[in-house]
Amino acid sequence: MDLEKVYMMENDQSIKELKLFAANIRLETLKIIASIGAGHVGGCMSIADAIAVLYGKVLNIDPKDPLKKDRDWCVLSKGHAGPVLYAALGLKGYFPMEEAYTLNHYRTKFPSHTDRTKTRGVDLTAGSLGQGISEAAGAALGNRMQGIESYVYVFVGDGECDEGEVWEAAQFSAHYKLDHLICFVDDNKYQLDGFVDDVMSHGPGLAAKFKAFGWNTIEVEDGNDIKQIIDAIDETKANTGSPSAIVLHTIKGKGTFAENTHEHSTHADKAFWDKAIAKAQSDLEALKGETL
Amino acid sequence: MSHTLIFNDTKDTRNCREGYVDAMYDLMKEDEKIVHIDCDLIGCVGAGKLKEAYADRVINCGIAEANAAAMAAGMKATGMIPYLHTFGVFAGRRIFDQIFISSAYSNLGIHVIGTDPGVTAGVNGATHMPFEDAGLYLEIPGAVVLDPCDYTQVNVLTKKLCKDDRLSYLRLIRRGFKLVYGEGSDFEIGKAVTLKQGKDCAIICSGIMVGNALKAHDALLKEGIEVSIIDMFTWKPLDEETLLRAAETCDCIVSAENHLISCGLGSAVANFLAANHPVPQEFIGIKDRFGQTALQEVLEEEYEMTSDHIINAVKKAIQRKGR
Repeated sequence: MDLEKVYMMENDQSIKELKLFAANIRLETLKIIASIGAGHVGGCMSIADAIAVLYGKVLNIDPKDPLKKDRDWCVLSKGHAGPVLYAALGLKGYFPMEEAYTLNHYRTKFPSHTDRTKTRGVDLTAGSLGQGISEAAGAALGNRMQGIESYVYVFVGDGECDEGEVWEAAQFSAHYKLDHLICFVDDNKYQLDGFVDDVMSHGPGLAAKFKAFGWNTIEVEDGNDIKQIIDAIDETKANTGSPSAIVLHTIKGKGTFAENTHEHSTHADKAFWDKAIAKAQSDLEALKGETL
Repeated sequence: MSHTLIFNDTKDTRNCREGYVDAMYDLMKEDEKIVHIDCDLIGCVGAGKLKEAYADRVINCGIAEANAAAMAAGMKATGMIPYLHTFGVFAGRRIFDQIFISSAYSNLGIHVIGTDPGVTAGVNGATHMPFEDAGLYLEIPGAVVLDPCDYTQVNVLTKKLCKDDRLSYLRLIRRGFKLVYGEGSDFEIGKAVTLKQGKDCAIICSGIMVGNALKAHDALLKEGIEVSIIDMFTWKPLDEETLLRAAETCDCIVSAENHLISCGLGSAVANFLAANHPVPQEFIGIKDRFGQTALQEVLEEEYEMTSDHIINAVKKAIQRKGR
């Protein structure tokens, strides 16, 4: 077998593992949300694949040393997607997964909006939309000032891009040439009150806007495709002298009932969640059964 | 902690902001983690000297305060020590949510410097005249709120803050100010300075009101009225021990602040004393009004903040004793 073939097989194997990881993240995200009976399923599922790529392959992190100085950072500026991050962190061993089945309970360490003071492995607090991308820019600059070469990844929602602060952060990051800042834009087309295009449209589109602000910008046609996400990250890491935006065209609620409901948050009874979890479980088993 | 009182009602030749910039110059020399962040107001605070010496650690965010505040908090998370300067009006109203969530709630304390407090904004007028800035910061759990009066006090407090991990807000007078403290005076966050000890009434003041209170003290003394002057530059944490002692000794209080009385020093004093040692209190400060353009001296008269107003308030407070 020639080397290229071996490489391709390894690559396929790696992609399959990441797909399994993503399916696992979806399952655990649902279990976490079901523990309180309500949550932001749609906005978690749209970024589950990108989270799987980061935590399964890309990030330089150590679950035993969550604050290690040279770690890569991951910030959910769309802080309401906390459960999908907790699923990844739990699966990576930052804490026993069961601990996260206390979402939004009294005195929980797992609030649905990410909180650095409460949850092991959460780098920065977000939830007040627009702030996380600024915080991430500050982390990227702070690291650079100290000669730390790590990357800061941040997720912003398309609805979140209504916030003026996102664009303040965009011009700041370009001005200071923060090339170790990589921003995923979760372009899932919906915000709380409906279609983004109906509530507050983004003119020429979010990719065009980030580009106009001086960012190295890549559009990923299928933002729920593991391979496309990996390729985009590789491309951004080769870029120097400007921050990078990866605009992920995603499906809100991808892989779950929420694909069709477009709800910002879902409130339902136990039977509903049991059914959703059972589906995610069977999706995972089916994926395990697939051969390369 | 010791101080020398050198007040003689004359203005210093220096600008008060130099107290901040000189302190930062020393701090940035000693510690590479200290950063001055600004919002296109480097010229206004006189931080050009810092930019010349430490170009890499003076970050101009442009006219975009919200990003500057949350960005500073993110930077703090990497171990840097950010001081963020903007006008007090923006430091309070414009970036309150960023300060509240990204910094204070996130346990990523940064040091916010708000220039032109209250009537010191003078001819810049209502849009640039913060009467509520410190009040907003008082509402943030665990925050430190400081209202210093002169170069020396600003200089010392700026240096003390760099060892303090809490979110802090320091009101910085930019230009002329009346000298109160001699060089070498020392201050501690949470400890007020008793400048005069009297038995008839205690004036709790800070910032530009310290000078007015000292003038009132001398005039009242000529009438046989002995007042305590307490420089409560540390609005939060409030020096409750000194406050309690003053209330017990004098049995009445006048609070004097360059700020709205509804959410500032007077309120903080009243909240504490009402629960612990209720005494009559008169309030000098802004009463439910917006700012306007005029010279500082004119505005002090307009908003009833002069030494004459303090004298009248003291007499009124004394009359109310034992009623």
